Amino acid sequence: MSSGWLTTALILFPVAGAILLWVLPLRPFAVGSTALLFALVEVGLWIDSVAQFDFSQPGLQLDQRTSWFSDLHVSYHVGFYGFSIWLVGLTTVVLAAAIGYAFWAGRERPRAFYGLMLLLTGAIVGVFVAQDLLLFYVFWEAMLVPLYVLVGVWGGAGRLRATLVFVIYTMAGSLLMLASIIVLGLSQGTFDLVTSGTNGSDWIFLGFVAAFAVKAPLFPLHAWLPEAYRESSPEVAAVLSGVVSKAAAYGFLRIAIAKFPGPVSEFRTPILVLAACGLVYGSLLAFRAPDVRGVIAYSSLAQMGLITLGLFAVNDLGLNGAVLQMVNHGLISATLFLLAGGIERRTATGELALLGGMARGRPALATVLLTAGVIALAVPGSAAFAGEFAILAGVFQTGWGYAVVGAVAIVLAAMYILRLISAVLHDRVGSAVPEGALDLRPAELGVVVPLVAILLVLSAWPAAITERSFVGSAANVVGRVAK
Amino acid sequence: MILALDTPPIDWFALAPTLALLTAGALNLILAVLWPRSWKRPTTAVVCALGFAGAIVAAALLFSHSADGHGVIADVIQRDRLGALTAIIIAGAGLLAIGTSYSEPMADDHIAEYYALLAWAGAGMVFLASASTLLTLFLGLEWFSISLYILCAIDRDLAGSLEAGLKYLIIGGFGSAMLLFGSALVYGATGRLEFGEIANVVQAQNLSGDALLVAGLALLIGGLGFKASAAPFHMWTPDVYEGAPTPVTAFMSAATKTVALVVTLRILVTAFPQEARLWTVTIAVIACASLAVGNLAALVQKGLKRMLAYSSISHAGFMLIAVASDNALGGRALLYYLIPYSAMSVGAFAVVAARERELNRPVTLDNLAGFGWERPLLGISMMTFMLGFAGFPLTGGFVGKFYVFAAAYEHGWIWLVIVGLAATAVSLYYYLGVIRAMYMRPAEELQLAPVGGSPPRELVLQSTVTAALVVTVGSFFAVQPLIHVAKEAAASLPF
Repeated sequence: MSSGWLTTALILFPVAGAILLWVLPLRPFAVGSTALLFALVEVGLWIDSVAQFDFSQPGLQLDQRTSWFSDLHVSYHVGFYGFSIWLVGLTTVVLAAAIGYAFWAGRERPRAFYGLMLLLTGAIVGVFVAQDLLLFYVFWEAMLVPLYVLVGVWGGAGRLRATLVFVIYTMAGSLLMLASIIVLGLSQGTFDLVTSGTNGSDWIFLGFVAAFAVKAPLFPLHAWLPEAYRESSPEVAAVLSGVVSKAAAYGFLRIAIAKFPGPVSEFRTPILVLAACGLVYGSLLAFRAPDVRGVIAYSSLAQMGLITLGLFAVNDLGLNGAVLQMVNHGLISATLFLLAGGIERRTATGELALLGGMARGRPALATVLLTAGVIALAVPGSAAFAGEFAILAGVFQTGWGYAVVGAVAIVLAAMYILRLISAVLHDRVGSAVPEGALDLRPAELGVVVPLVAILLVLSAWPAAITERSFVGSAANVVGRVAK
Repeated sequence: MILALDTPPIDWFALAPTLALLTAGALNLILAVLWPRSWKRPTTAVVCALGFAGAIVAAALLFSHSADGHGVIADVIQRDRLGALTAIIIAGAGLLAIGTSYSEPMADDHIAEYYALLAWAGAGMVFLASASTLLTLFLGLEWFSISLYILCAIDRDLAGSLEAGLKYLIIGGFGSAMLLFGSALVYGATGRLEFGEIANVVQAQNLSGDALLVAGLALLIGGLGFKASAAPFHMWTPDVYEGAPTPVTAFMSAATKTVALVVTLRILVTAFPQEARLWTVTIAVIACASLAVGNLAALVQKGLKRMLAYSSISHAGFMLIAVASDNALGGRALLYYLIPYSAMSVGAFAVVAARERELNRPVTLDNLAGFGWERPLLGISMMTFMLGFAGFPLTGGFVGKFYVFAAAYEHGWIWLVIVGLAATAVSLYYYLGVIRAMYMRPAEELQLAPVGGSPPRELVLQSTVTAALVVTVGSFFAVQPLIHVAKEAAASLPF
């Protein structure tokens, strides 16, 4: 098996699993366990691809290319760069955790549900490995369809409105991106991301930015976010905020920054300002949010602002920090959403006012939530600290003002995370917390602990990612990617 | 023989797809009289299907043996790959329409005539697809239109069927009159009927911009616009689509549109290349109007057939963008687009037909609730068709739209790309609305008791829908071969 097939397998294997689940009339338990098995094997495939990846080489690896339709020069072209391999890893791990959580929590119509989750896995992996503009768009859209159904069918009471707003926002961005792709691809005579050169058109650049800024989301395009994150089931919210938002950040890096050096320097200031606004605004909203999911949702908005700051610093520190922070935040927010799901199962509410005192007699919940929270608020020595520090140091070189805003936001992060922890774990025992509410069950621990464990490993060894995302100078690699 | 007529040599092979369908229709009329009543339904359906299948085989052979397009039978018919490919698409839509018709609760006494008319409508369309003079153009158009007028009104038990037929007849007659008048004006200006000769005369006598010619061209576009149901010639579409028996609607929405758009492309490119500056803009404006009218009106529809009718208007708009581009890429885009579009269109109406039979009443967004879970195959197919109409990837609808926009870009009309994308954005609301209705709203909400018992197992209908699904999804993966075929077909036109 040539190594390129591994990349294709990473896309097709979960899709095959989805089709299998839809075709075979399995019993609900068998469906859930099969889906989990597929998700875990997918993680194994990713580990294999890391093992085969040569981190000392800067170029595209494990790549595969076949012509799709030749008259417009569109091809099926997939492969890995250093930074994309970490995001694929994040995808496989978070999706496996999400599927595991759903398996434990139980979902109605399991064949449809797990099939869609696996399909989503394939689509997101596709986004991260696609090296052809049209293929990228195909996976980008393919990601939306399962999400739409997952939120719309298995979501909460307000799911119909939430999906509508979500789809309208994302599609408005995506279609602008499609216009950009058509113009860029046809004007260059190829849709290939590796062989095509850079472009100086502001409009094409802005079309791409529109799609990514909506999906991330970037302030002020985040109106879909609170409802989508609140109304979807916890594991879907975990995927949305943990992984799907990273697809947008990846798009900024792989396409907007790498292909449009001119427009990037031109629009850098407004984008950085918006990112900084989102960072502060999201942090403030997270501090004011009345429910657990609201805190995590708005903190996600803030974190995406921070990651965008790092990306558009376009220097070594900023880019390395952004990639690390993408992985960090993906793991943290997935953990928090899954824990929020566990809390909601026990208390039937996410209202912070009705919660409290859950630490007493529930040591596992307290420990896991506290650990994830402490990493999220970027305590020195944590992985998030490494990421945020690198981002702030990077953006400091662009303008010290951004770094100051970022530093303020880190303080705010400490405030909203500590507020969340104390409102859930400490204080008086909330009125919605039943006396007999159980501690985290072994199955829940089995889902959440690996995520936290990876975060702890990254805390001890952030260089695992920062030194293996870009070979040599990051800015050069972005330039080389652009070549 | 008192009068000796000089008959031109006849290329029977070029006529073979038409003849296959004519034969099937004639056989069915004989069966209508001679065959026992209880056998009529299966037998006539099979004969009709054989006719369409024969037409596909003949057209495929014709395609491979007509690399160089040329006129046959005194140049009234163009034997080329464009006509052959169009015939294949039409006959494919016809086959799917038969599958949709099979378990339609229609009275037995006219079933043979129904299939006969379906075959003849197909024959007329196949004939029209290779027409190369104004005379054969009108002949083919009336041929299939008259068959369709009757088909729309054939189900006398169906409320609205007769009204639909009458409405289509009157408005269709108006459209035909426009076409005929336009042909007369063009003939008056140039003195020729053959498409190619019209262009030559305009070139030789420097007639470009001649008032008669331009007026004739405008009327021709209008007349064809009626058949393609492009705005502002679309008014009949929602009423007729809603009133006609659903299988007939399915066939019309796919096949009529296919032939009308292909003929529009053929006549504009071969007969009026000198007026390209005029008609590209006109067609682009019509495309924009269709996109606007179709999409905005579809937003507020409750009845599914009406919604799909407006959606078909908007798709006429998308495909007219390809025609307006006036380049080889546009021709390719149109022919490719028609393949998944026809499959999705017949498939969607087939699903509507299934639900109609289940509930015994017109299908609305409200009474679709829970359908996706009750009938998994039909549900997932309908979802795919809707996603395909909306241009989502993993369906041919995406690639079709991509090609259409690429053609408009190549023509230098980025504004048209933007209009098309805006229309796509609007269309998402109602296409996803169908998915929402099928999957996200519990059936209990409605308190709508199905007629009772488990849903009927309509094997023929289900395989029809599956076939449409395979084409819809398959055309996404098999872009290369399909585009190659479309390219060969578009090469028949003098771009």
